[in-house]
Amino acid sequence: MNKPLKNESLQTEITNISRRNLLKGFALTGLVLAVGMPFTGFAEDEEAPKYGRDAMPHGWVDNPLVFVAIAEDGSVTIVSHRSEMGQGVRTSLPMAVADELEADWDKVKVVQAPGDEERYGNQDTDGSRSVRHFFMPMRNVGAAARMMLEAAAAAHWGVAVEEVFAENHQIKHRSSGKVLGYGELAKAAAALDVPQRENLRLKTPDQFRYIGKQSTKLIDGEDIVTGKAVYGIDVQVDGMLHAVIARPPVYGGKVKSFDDSEALKVPGVIKVVTLKGSPPPAVFNPLGGVAVIAENTWAAMQGREKLKIEWDHGENASYNTEEYRQQMIEDASTAGGKVLRSTGDVTKAMETADKTFKADYYIPHLSQAPMEPPVATARIQDGKCEVWAPTQAPQASRDTVAKWLEMSPEDVTVHVTLLGGGFGRKSKPDYLVEAALLSKAIDGRPVQVTWSREDDIHNGYLHTVSIEHLEAAVNTDGKTTAWLHRTVAPSISSTFDASSVHQMPIELGMGVMNIPFAIENIQIENPEAKAHTRIGWFRSVANIPRAFAIQSFIAEMAHEVGQEHKAFLLDLIGPARKIDPIDLNDEWNYGESPEKYPLDTGRLRRVVETVCEKANWGRDLPAGRGLGLATHYSFVSYTAAIVEVEVSEDGELTIPRMDIAVDCGPQVNPERIRSQMEGACIMGVSLATVGEISFKDGAVEQDNFDTYQVTRMNGAPREIHVHLLPADDFNTPLGGIGEPGLPPIAPALCNAIFAATGKRIRNLPIRYQLES
Amino acid sequence: MKLSINGESHEVNLPEEMPILWTLRDVLGMTGTKFGCGKALCGACTVMLDGQPIRSCSTPISAAKGKQITTIEAVSEDKIGRAIQQAWVELGVPQCGYCQPGQVVSATALLRDNANPTDTDIDNAMSGNICRCGTYNRIRDAIKLAATNSGGKQ
Repeated sequence: MNKPLKNESLQTEITNISRRNLLKGFALTGLVLAVGMPFTGFAEDEEAPKYGRDAMPHGWVDNPLVFVAIAEDGSVTIVSHRSEMGQGVRTSLPMAVADELEADWDKVKVVQAPGDEERYGNQDTDGSRSVRHFFMPMRNVGAAARMMLEAAAAAHWGVAVEEVFAENHQIKHRSSGKVLGYGELAKAAAALDVPQRENLRLKTPDQFRYIGKQSTKLIDGEDIVTGKAVYGIDVQVDGMLHAVIARPPVYGGKVKSFDDSEALKVPGVIKVVTLKGSPPPAVFNPLGGVAVIAENTWAAMQGREKLKIEWDHGENASYNTEEYRQQMIEDASTAGGKVLRSTGDVTKAMETADKTFKADYYIPHLSQAPMEPPVATARIQDGKCEVWAPTQAPQASRDTVAKWLEMSPEDVTVHVTLLGGGFGRKSKPDYLVEAALLSKAIDGRPVQVTWSREDDIHNGYLHTVSIEHLEAAVNTDGKTTAWLHRTVAPSISSTFDASSVHQMPIELGMGVMNIPFAIENIQIENPEAKAHTRIGWFRSVANIPRAFAIQSFIAEMAHEVGQEHKAFLLDLIGPARKIDPIDLNDEWNYGESPEKYPLDTGRLRRVVETVCEKANWGRDLPAGRGLGLATHYSFVSYTAAIVEVEVSEDGELTIPRMDIAVDCGPQVNPERIRSQMEGACIMGVSLATVGEISFKDGAVEQDNFDTYQVTRMNGAPREIHVHLLPADDFNTPLGGIGEPGLPPIAPALCNAIFAATGKRIRNLPIRYQLES
Repeated sequence: MKLSINGESHEVNLPEEMPILWTLRDVLGMTGTKFGCGKALCGACTVMLDGQPIRSCSTPISAAKGKQITTIEAVSEDKIGRAIQQAWVELGVPQCGYCQPGQVVSATALLRDNANPTDTDIDNAMSGNICRCGTYNRIRDAIKLAATNSGGKQ
């Protein structure tokens, strides 16, 4: 057993932070609820540190009676307790159940669980961990259900259970050839005892029917392309009204006065309601403002335009992006911030080195901008509240709504719809609370709150803004002897504790502390940075700026010392070895056991070598074209990308090809892994080329997709090649997939631009920087 | 006012400047057509008006007088539309899927007009439809597959 991660100090540090949404991933003790069934899975030793799924609030459940129902017509219904936002979880986890169950995928239906972690286990759909944490429990579910069907058949035939086996929705008797369908056995099987976990007979990988195969069709594919799929915005409840809200433009602002007389004259407008806000920290609280309730969304929007509101902007009205950026650069240039790690003597190594480098890398705020903006529908009836919403955090939604309505969580039901994208925005249930409060304000009548795109852009939980200051020393033999990293960025923790000015372990474990380099002298510092807006998590979170800075810097260093980039990078990574995250002062390790999940530089080297081979790294290209390489470790998976760019004489950027290699351990649904990598490539291009949220006098300057641009088809890479490095077996621990594809894209792109043009991009987005 | 949607006539009593999108969604309960931006910037709300793709969030119902509105709900009745949907499913195009009704309508309108679109044709027809999940490459492949399956020469 490895020495445990320092969870006690972590717990102290974040006492004031909402546990459910920031502590997930930490090894907690005493917060996990055992429900007294044989199938809730927690380690027996209460004192032992918990990791992975054991450490999540409400842990995990693998009771087949909770997750599977078989009807007498043979149709199998599997519960998806994680939220579907495009990552394919409603296909991938039910697929694991169906495989062990030997179910025919065409007879499988998937139903979505409401928020109820005591029943289903943890439901927070973020951190790239749905399959990582629930693959095994879902296999157990399928295997247990299959064994119950086998036992029922054996009893029916009066034979030993060893004589029967399951195959494609039937139980067969080996010697007689007798067959019973799942539908015929369902009732008898359901009456049997659930087998104990230690007695489950799981399949061997060679027996898998769906797991690891390319062919399983998306469970919602047909509904999506025919317009039948139901997202949050598609919920219709009898008697439902529609609302939009004018929210304070500045974080912490509030309504000073308002005049709704013109708004109330708009046809269809029914009522104007003020919503109380709450002072920072934002947590998951609604921002307050003035709501217009109407017969339809359009009337509500028209009414809102007629509101005359005077705002008290509060102290964050001083927030201006350019000033803030300059301040961060200044802070990053000065020693003396909080020292997070100090190995060797960086100062001395810098003084004695042949060559030293330094650079600052900037990434602005970003908005997740899911295509379906935040939206929620609520109704209050007989002292109970029902909410329908696209949420990544069903149980946190339930608890937060209950708190605001002063109800017990048992009296709040959160129905989870499909999410029209999430990317972290829909982990925060502020919009569900708004719907609940508005329903309360109109005597419990159902009301749907829709955020316009402008609302989404103006009032988000943004990706932070950051300066990554890097310094390094290299000797003439090309050996890097010192590494200094000052990371400056408002922390997500500020959203939960307004006084917070330092990065927390979760953020530091995203490519600051856990760098895989073989360097003798390392110093890592974190100067203060105060937040002036709601900081949230955005797909791959703090890995975005860290990978951009570090992977760009390494390419710059290689160029300056006249070394080939790939060779220089591999030399810096050093020989294949397994690094204990504790040795890196990484207290988080994505919530996983340091023993099971060391930082494996052999795997990192392998993705770099694979992508270079597949993309034919080093090949000759015509003038104006270039290749760029980057790698990154995140969410316990390993990725490397190569981008090919073409930059015209007038600075127009096109991307003929991208290659990305990923090692996430065993691959449960390779087809969805590919789609996640493809999507990450596009999102990476998007944030690198055009993504920017900026502030003037405390308010966001962008409004909609005209000013907050995202990549469109004509700006997307023409080809994307995904290279999967599957693990040898299904015993290797699983890595994440939803997020790890994103971090290497921006640096690989900027490295390619440098190769093509000699122009180095250190400030994102690229936008017009290639034009001069 | 009379609206003709997917071959059916609907009598509505609404302001003439009300967008087709909200009429479909909030008044008629047809939710396949999505709201994404409200400013004709993202294409999630794309429907066909007399066969031409339009952004229903920014087109008032008055513009539909005497014309046929076709929404995602009726795309499968069109041979090319169905080929597009089948290609989308076959290649696993959707991720979250929210923008896909708009993408499918835009792609259907493209293929009805041009049986063998080039990459540039596809760029021009589809760049008004944002997909935040990043399914563009599969959309391109699916349009080409549907073109082949519909008898185009790709």
